[in-house]
Amino acid sequence: MTSLTDLVFILVVVIDFFLLASSRLGAAIRAVATQGALLAALPLLLLEGGHQVGHVLLLAAGALAIKGALIPWLMFRAIREASIRREMEPIVGFVPSMVLGGIGVALAFAFSSRLPLPGGEAHPYLVPTALSTVWSGMLLVVSRRKAVNQVLGFLVLENGVYVFGLLLTGIMPVMVEAGVLLDLFAAVFVMGIVMFHINREFASLDTEKLSALKD
Amino acid sequence: MVLLIAAPLALALVAFAMPSARRRPLVLLAGALVHAAGVLALLAAPPPAREGAWLAFDPLARVTLLTATALFLASAVYAQGYLARRADRDNRVFVGGLLVLLSAMTTVALSHHLGLTWVAMEASTLSTAPLIYFNQNARSLEAAWKYLLIGSLGIALALLGTFFLALAGAGPGGPKSLLVEDLLAAGGALSRPWVRAAFVFLLVGYGTKMGLAPLHSWKPDAYGEAPGILGALLAGGLTNFAFVSVVRVFQVTIAAGEGAFARDALMALGLLSIGLAAVFVVGQRDFKRMLAYSSVEHMGILAIGVSLGGAATAGAFFHTMNNGLTKGVLFLSAGNIHRAFGSKSTDEVHGAGRRLPLSGPLFLAGFLAITGSPPFGPFFSEFAIVNGAFGAGRYWVGGLFLAFLAVIFVGMAATVLDVVQGDPSDAPRVPGTGDSWLTAGPPLALMLVVLALGVFLPAGLKDLFGAAAALVGGGW
Repeated sequence: MTSLTDLVFILVVVIDFFLLASSRLGAAIRAVATQGALLAALPLLLLEGGHQVGHVLLLAAGALAIKGALIPWLMFRAIREASIRREMEPIVGFVPSMVLGGIGVALAFAFSSRLPLPGGEAHPYLVPTALSTVWSGMLLVVSRRKAVNQVLGFLVLENGVYVFGLLLTGIMPVMVEAGVLLDLFAAVFVMGIVMFHINREFASLDTEKLSALKD
Repeated sequence: MVLLIAAPLALALVAFAMPSARRRPLVLLAGALVHAAGVLALLAAPPPAREGAWLAFDPLARVTLLTATALFLASAVYAQGYLARRADRDNRVFVGGLLVLLSAMTTVALSHHLGLTWVAMEASTLSTAPLIYFNQNARSLEAAWKYLLIGSLGIALALLGTFFLALAGAGPGGPKSLLVEDLLAAGGALSRPWVRAAFVFLLVGYGTKMGLAPLHSWKPDAYGEAPGILGALLAGGLTNFAFVSVVRVFQVTIAAGEGAFARDALMALGLLSIGLAAVFVVGQRDFKRMLAYSSVEHMGILAIGVSLGGAATAGAFFHTMNNGLTKGVLFLSAGNIHRAFGSKSTDEVHGAGRRLPLSGPLFLAGFLAITGSPPFGPFFSEFAIVNGAFGAGRYWVGGLFLAFLAVIFVGMAATVLDVVQGDPSDAPRVPGTGDSWLTAGPPLALMLVVLALGVFLPAGLKDLFGAAAALVGGGW
C-alpha cells in the first residue's frame, strides 16, 4: 500500500514536469486529466483505520468526476472549436521552465523537511508534492500565452492545493469541500465561456492579443 | 440571517428565468429592498450569538452590510434608468449576476467559518467576471479575462492559506476547526510558523481581491471597462468584504501571537498601494481608470489604518463606509458622463458640468469628498488615521501618508476639472443621454449621506466603528 501511494505522489510530480515541457495542448489536457484521476485515488490510499469512509469516498468521487472527467471534456471542446494544437512561443521557454520547476521541487522538499507538521505524522511526500505542484501551476499560468494553457496552469495550481487539503480531511466539513470542488468547476466553466468569446472576437486563443489596456 | 443570503439568490433565479427583459430590472430593485429591510431588521433586533454557528451578525458585519445595502439600493434604482437606455443588450446575466454578487457579499460579511468565507469569495469573483463583459467588445473581454485569471490565482492562494491555518490548529490541543471563534480561543496553541505562512498567503489572496498593490493589476482594466454600476459595487462593496476577510484572519493572527508581523505586512502593502496610486493618478487621461487607482489608494488607507491600531483602526472602519458610499457617487456619475459623451478620455470629454447639470457637479463633489476635503465624511476618517499615526509616534508613516494624499489630490484634480469644466459644444454627443432622476438621483442621495456622515456622525455609528476596531485591538 505504501509503495503504491509513493508511486502516485511521484507520478503527480512527473506530470507537473511533463506539462512544463509540453507544447501539444491535447497531450497537456490528457496529462491534467490523469493527474486529476490520480488525485482522486489519493484520499482512498491515505485512508487509515475505518473512520470517515463515507466522507473520503464522497471526496474521491467528486474529485474524479470534476477533475478527471468534466473539466478535461470542457477543455477538449475549447481546443476543438478554436482548432489550435500547440503552444508555439511561450513567454518562458520549455527548457527554462523545466529548470525553474526543478528548483521549485528541490525547494519544496527542503521547506517541508524544515517545517514540522503540527498534526502529527503524514505521508513524507505529501507536503513537497503539494508545494511543487502549486509552484508548477503558477509557472504555467504566467509563462504561457495560450488561454487554454493558462487555464490548465490554474487547474494544476488547484490540484496542488487539493493535495495539501488531504492533510485536513478530518477538519474540513464535507460542505466546504463540496463548495471548493463546485467553485473550481464553475471557475473553469466561466473561463471556458470567456475563451469562447476571445476566440470569436480575435479568431485566436492567444492572450498576446489581449494587450490594449495599459497605462 | 440565512434569509438575507438566500433571498437575493432566489431572486437571481427568478431573474434568469424571467422572459421579459424590460421588467427584469425590477427584480434587482426587489432584491435590494428585501436586503435593505433584512439588514435593518437585524440591526433593530440583533440575533443572539450562538456557540459554534457559522454565521454571526458581529460589528464587522454590521458596518459593512449597512454600507453595502445602501450602495446596492442606490445602484438598483440607477439600474432602472441605465438598463432602460441599454435596451440593445440582453440584461439577463447582468441582473442575475448582480444578485448573486449581493448574496456572496452578504455571506462573506456574516461568515465566521473561513472555509465558507473562501467559497463565497470565489463565488463573488465568478459572478462578476461575466458582468465586466457587458459591453461585449474586445476591450471589455480583455478586462474580464484578466480579472478572472488574476482573481482566480489570488483566490487559489487564499485557499492554500486557509489550509495552512487549519493545519496550524491541527496539533494536539489545537481547535481542529476553521471557525474564527475556535481559532481565537485556541490562540497560543496554534502552531506559529504555520499561522505566519497562512497570514502571508491569505493576505496575498484576499489582498488581490481588495486590489492592494502590487496585486492590483486587474483593477484599472476591470473598472475602466465595466459599466459604472458594476464599478460602484466592486469598488464600494466587494473590496470592503475582501477587507473584512483580511481583518478576520488578522484577528486570528493576533490571537496566535504573530500580530506584530501581520501589522508590518499590512503597513508595507498599504504604503505601497498609496504610493503607487499617486504615481499612476498623475496625468491619467481616462477618468474611469483614474477612479480605479483611487480605489487602490483607499484600500491602502484601510490597510494602514488597521495596521496602526488604536483610534486609527476605528477610523479605518469609518472609512470603509465613507469610501464605499463615495465610490458609489463617483462611479455612477462617471458612468453618466461616459454615456453622455460616448468617451471616457479627457481628450474628448469637456464641460460635463454644463451638459449634465447634476452628474457633472456630483462627479466634482465626489472627487472633493474622496480626496479628503472637509466637510465630507472621508475627511474625518482619514483625519482619524493620520492623527493615530502621529499620536503613536509613527511620524514617517503619517508624513508619507499626507504627502501621497497631496499628490493624489493634485493629480485627480487635473483630470476631474478637465472633465467638468469647459465648453461641451465641440465634444462628442450621444443623443438621449441627459440626466434623469433615475440615473442622477441615486448618486445625489449617496452624496448627501456622505455629507451627512461628515457633518454629524450619530453616536450609535461611532460606537459601532469602535466595536469593530476592538476586534483587532483598536478603538476610539
